[in-house]
Amino acid sequence: MQEERADPISAPVAPDFFITGECSDLQIKLTGDIINMDKELVKKLAGLLKNRKLEKEFRIMEVCGTHTAEFFKTGVKDLFPEGLSLIDGPGCPVCVTPNSFLDLAITIAKDYDTIITTFGDMIKVPSSYSSLAKEKAEGMDVRIIYSPLDAVRLAEENPGREVMFLSVGFETTAPSEAIAIMEADKKGIKNFSILSCNKITPPAVEALINADEVRIDGFIIPGHVSAIIGRKPWEFISERYGKPGVVSGFEAYDLITGVLTLLDLLERGENLIKNEYRTVVKENGNEQAKKIIDSVFDVTSSVWRGIGEIPESGLSIKEEYSRYDAEKKFPATPPPVKEHAGCRCGDLLRGVITPPECPLFAKVCTPENAVGPCMVSSEGPCSAYYKYWRK
Amino acid sequence: MKKILPGHGSGGKLMNDMISGLIKEVLGKDSIQIDDSAVLELDAARIAFTTDSYTVTPIFFPGGDIGRLAVNGTVNDLAVMGAVPQYLSCALILEEGFEFDEFEKILRSMKDAADSAGVKIVTGDTKVVPNGKGDRIYINTSGIGVFKNRIQRGKLQEGDKIILSGTAGDHGITIMSLRNNLNFSSALKSDCAPLNGMIDNVTGKFPESIKFIRDATRGGVASVLNEITSEEDFSVKLIEDQIPVSEEVKGICAILGLDPLYVANEGKIIIISEPDAAEGIVAELKKSEYGRDAAVIGEIDSVYPGKVYVETYIGGKRLLPLLVEEQLPRIC
Repeated sequence: MQEERADPISAPVAPDFFITGECSDLQIKLTGDIINMDKELVKKLAGLLKNRKLEKEFRIMEVCGTHTAEFFKTGVKDLFPEGLSLIDGPGCPVCVTPNSFLDLAITIAKDYDTIITTFGDMIKVPSSYSSLAKEKAEGMDVRIIYSPLDAVRLAEENPGREVMFLSVGFETTAPSEAIAIMEADKKGIKNFSILSCNKITPPAVEALINADEVRIDGFIIPGHVSAIIGRKPWEFISERYGKPGVVSGFEAYDLITGVLTLLDLLERGENLIKNEYRTVVKENGNEQAKKIIDSVFDVTSSVWRGIGEIPESGLSIKEEYSRYDAEKKFPATPPPVKEHAGCRCGDLLRGVITPPECPLFAKVCTPENAVGPCMVSSEGPCSAYYKYWRK
Repeated sequence: MKKILPGHGSGGKLMNDMISGLIKEVLGKDSIQIDDSAVLELDAARIAFTTDSYTVTPIFFPGGDIGRLAVNGTVNDLAVMGAVPQYLSCALILEEGFEFDEFEKILRSMKDAADSAGVKIVTGDTKVVPNGKGDRIYINTSGIGVFKNRIQRGKLQEGDKIILSGTAGDHGITIMSLRNNLNFSSALKSDCAPLNGMIDNVTGKFPESIKFIRDATRGGVASVLNEITSEEDFSVKLIEDQIPVSEEVKGICAILGLDPLYVANEGKIIIISEPDAAEGIVAELKKSEYGRDAAVIGEIDSVYPGKVYVETYIGGKRLLPLLVEEQLPRIC
């Protein structure tokens, strides 16, 4: 353990496994610095993508929500040649978190007067009947933090209050959440807990392929998730389903090379899983980070918005750390789950529709008055379309 | 440690002692009026008049404090109209228990900022609110300026250039990093500055070519540009590569998931000018210490009428819409 570097915020250079979030740019910055040196090269690659003539139409899915936003933000999506379409996948952790999770969090906070700590993106997400923002306005103690360790610190500073962290994220955030629990355990802090909705991404991708609702020819595979789990766990895509995929980073350079490589694979009919983010992603990922996750979490089934319950797609806190498991520590009965009428976030997260195809998009559902989570999370497809490409 | 007491706003002896002592000593005898109003001499038929309240927290930050901000902010609001700022008022709302030393520091930086900007603080007011009913200190300043190089807000046309007087996002990111204990860069500081000298210089030299000036405060560069394009038949194109952003701001924005174009500035202006004059204006801005990073960052075109968009360095485009509210740090 590298104690001094345990806080991702103050760490000048993030060690591999301390990625603050799905979309932490600490890693991006490292590769970005290298890439900035050769913008001319990236411009040339951009020209290759823009002018590429496709033999036939291809539909590719970007699994990760950060990719969704970055394809727009970098302008790479604007350069897509004719015949290439991008289908947004289920890789926005806030978006795939079901209403029942927030309902439970709000019920616990009310019943037990806990302080809720969360990353900022959860604040405006609608629950069945409310949202953290609305509850905060009504007096609930909700605090935005940047690292789960901030919540441990808060608990330490407020020994008279219960501090609950809402843990929503994929493989990338799980290590820092595990470390928070280990830290609380080491310090003997008793008033800290985690309400876990941590998820594992490959099973969700497999569930989508099996559902067979939309044609997906190939995948742009999440870079940060793969930094933790590696390239290998994605091989099922080619081995079992005969489709190619490319692990990709997040800069313009990464996105362009990712797409160009995927197009090469598709046109050559090579069903391989390639790694184009080798500076960050190793074959088997980050062993230390995986070990940390395994020491605190068990793999369990989990409910994904739009997809339903997927076996072995979630992480629950191990029995030996159950005193930090908010769900066990604070038995609560939330009100019955209610879905929002007309909201098509679920269809969107399965790639069945694009945001503009939802009748509520930009009309009823806007960032100031979001019906579903995909409009409020910065990694949500609706948010990305609304922000960067509402024509 | 001497602290602000309810009596400091009572109108009684404590208040009079504070005014005739500290305030008079720091802000100067002309800042205090025996009568109910200041009497001012103005050589103008038309004046610019503006007001703004300042509630920033923390009240001290690298590059300034709430006092400096309160003077510069109002000075800049007048200056971007083409007015020469002359007189300011200063209304203070103090929280009971606020430390006198800090109060004095803030008054001194107000005086310093006013002197730098060449304006006089001529009238004021002090109120004290009970402990817990305020956040140490709030300041309101109103300002009067006399028109000199009045900027004719000209009709914007295709080809007109967008100029930014320096790096985007410095103030907002400085404050945000302090609030969130993210201050790991010593080079990061607020750009809080009086811009009247720089603006006077550039508007004097290019009176015919400048069509629009605005300071890019709350909501940042993106919000100002959205205001001018909304409902219009032209669009604003920004060229990502040409927008000055400091490395520190870039880094913190990347970590927090923020876009510096939406982050507040307190010492930056946007100028829109006729195409031919743009380079000359940039060269003129660069002569000021507050404009040394000035650059042409884009132009008016008609590609997406009513919208602001960014051309990324690889040549792709994306919109830069008005934000609904302050940017929230992203979840992950």
